[in-house]
Amino acid sequence: MEAKSRLAEVVVKNVYITKTNCVTPLGFDVASNWQALLKGQSGIQRFEKLGMLESFYASVVDSDKIDTAFASISDKNHFTKLEKMLILALMPLIGQYNITNKTAFVFSTTKGNIGLLEDENNAVEGAHLAVLAKKISSFFGFSTEPIVVSNACVSGVLAIAVAKRMIQTGVYDNAFVVAGDAVSEFVLSGFNSFQAMSEAPCKPYDEERNGVTLGEAAAAVYLTSRETEVRPGAVKVIGDGAINDANHISGPSRTGEGLFRSIESAFAEAGVAKEKLDYISAHGTATLYNDEMEAVAFNRLGINTVSVNSLKAFYGHTLGASGLLETVIAIESARNNQLIASKGFAKMGVSQPISIITKNEEKEINFFLKTASGFGGCNTAVLFEKVV
Amino acid sequence: MVNGVKQFELEQASFSEFAKAAYKNFNMDYPKFFKMDNLSKLAFLASEIILGSKVKEGEENNIALVFANQSSSLDTDVKYQGSIADKENYFPSPAVFVYTLPNICIGEISIRHKLQSENAFFVFEDFNAEFMTNYADLLLATNKAEKVLCGWVEYYQENYKAILYMVEKQGDLEHNKEIVNTLYNK
Amino acid sequence: MEALKQELKGKIIEVLNLEDIAVEEINDNDALFGDGLGLDSIDALELIVLLDKDYGIKLTDPKAGKTIFQSVETMATYITDNRTK
Repeated sequence: MEAKSRLAEVVVKNVYITKTNCVTPLGFDVASNWQALLKGQSGIQRFEKLGMLESFYASVVDSDKIDTAFASISDKNHFTKLEKMLILALMPLIGQYNITNKTAFVFSTTKGNIGLLEDENNAVEGAHLAVLAKKISSFFGFSTEPIVVSNACVSGVLAIAVAKRMIQTGVYDNAFVVAGDAVSEFVLSGFNSFQAMSEAPCKPYDEERNGVTLGEAAAAVYLTSRETEVRPGAVKVIGDGAINDANHISGPSRTGEGLFRSIESAFAEAGVAKEKLDYISAHGTATLYNDEMEAVAFNRLGINTVSVNSLKAFYGHTLGASGLLETVIAIESARNNQLIASKGFAKMGVSQPISIITKNEEKEINFFLKTASGFGGCNTAVLFEKVV
Repeated sequence: MVNGVKQFELEQASFSEFAKAAYKNFNMDYPKFFKMDNLSKLAFLASEIILGSKVKEGEENNIALVFANQSSSLDTDVKYQGSIADKENYFPSPAVFVYTLPNICIGEISIRHKLQSENAFFVFEDFNAEFMTNYADLLLATNKAEKVLCGWVEYYQENYKAILYMVEKQGDLEHNKEIVNTLYNK
Repeated sequence: MEALKQELKGKIIEVLNLEDIAVEEINDNDALFGDGLGLDSIDALELIVLLDKDYGIKLTDPKAGKTIFQSVETMATYITDNRTK
């Protein structure tokens, strides 16, 4: 069936991120995370024995700390750890802005409450992503239908693009975007079966990198088209693209075609020259192929001299949360005009030259790019401009 | 069914029998099909019938893929969980694990037709005509895509449904949520 | 050895869902990857699971798979030398 689009053109509406938050092993708000990053602290730890894994590294949030923090905001206790993390991430944003019937609730995750499948007594329905989304949205009293983005490892960045696009249709005025994924035996054993797990904390772009370290986190941002809510320090979402490699379901394209096109699309929409770019928060999972692919794409685009880092050695790969969490930190970098060293990197391990940030340094950041790539050949790039 | 006309029918068959028969019926020659999980097979079969006539070989085809469902990849998730439930018989399969993400089916279709285009996978409790309509319209209006293949591809333990439709700037039908809902409920 | 090779061919077809290929069509020295059977990286990982599950061989270095999985012949030789079940 073919149907004709009725939106001939959209009124170009500016969309901004004005407020952010995150819940990670490094802290339950942005300020504590930022301080930890400046000190080079990592949430990654060694764990013994889980399922058939003898030992592994992961960035895991302390459950007792989550329970304590959650008890201070709610006396209800029928929530999973992930749900508590999501609520804690979103809470400070909700207090500040009103939820109306033109407020979108966008939720990014890959596996949601997948850990519930481990206990056969749990109903499989509990693992439904839409059920999880409803639980969180009801907690805060959203009246619109939750929009769940589940697009592998690009979900968190894509969720920002989706929220911005939906605001631009005029259906919504503003949006709360929350993202979260937990470390589970399910994902640990899966990445392990892919021989994709690093035996040491991951080392993005490094010569000795040999795989990912997994992590868990929740992050949240508030997007708005209401100019009255915009203050200096907010960032404008000026372009995006989410384009498939059409190459392989588990390996990235050798030429980085999908990432290349996603970034091109973001710049074309923004109408900004690539020379203006000050910083790239890249995906950098520390697998051989991903990091190499990114270096190839950045070189093809001529943005290989722009300062770039990966935050995976701080937080691990937090799957559906990673894109949003890393955007929250990138926004903090822009607000503070401060680049954070790409932890885990010592010696260049990709074949094409890129400008890895090797030490924390001050730098004026006005335009920055967040990218991600994932299984299924997906890629997403979102371009931001700081409001001064 | 394509544009209301029944193309193929197989009654009282399991999904895997149905999928194999449909594959043969439409003379598809794509051995990778048999490696796919059920959700991908379903999405692939449905899209193949529509895209076959829309994709021009050797040309850039800027057809976005915007899919959604209710159960994400839960059918394959349960299968994968089964492979790690028993510590005495613990053999997690990478070929199963890779399909524990719903957007893999989009990747399969993109590979099949070399669609290096916008793509996204969403999860809703029920078919959300309003969202799909608005999202597809925006991709067209902002020139991020020339056409959008929208789809509801739901698969969980032998219960399945796939509804696909193509949205273009010029078409036979007005693209609005009422018409899309009618398609879904047919 | 001959029986093992036949067994392997059947298992490869089953595990990797090679629907359109019959045991008789696979020659002992056919290349499994590349132009031969056209297997890909996920198939290679799946063959590692097969070695573990059915023959008790744990392959810790995925690169070793490259030589072992050249053909049914090389696989059978490796399994004969290293199997624990």
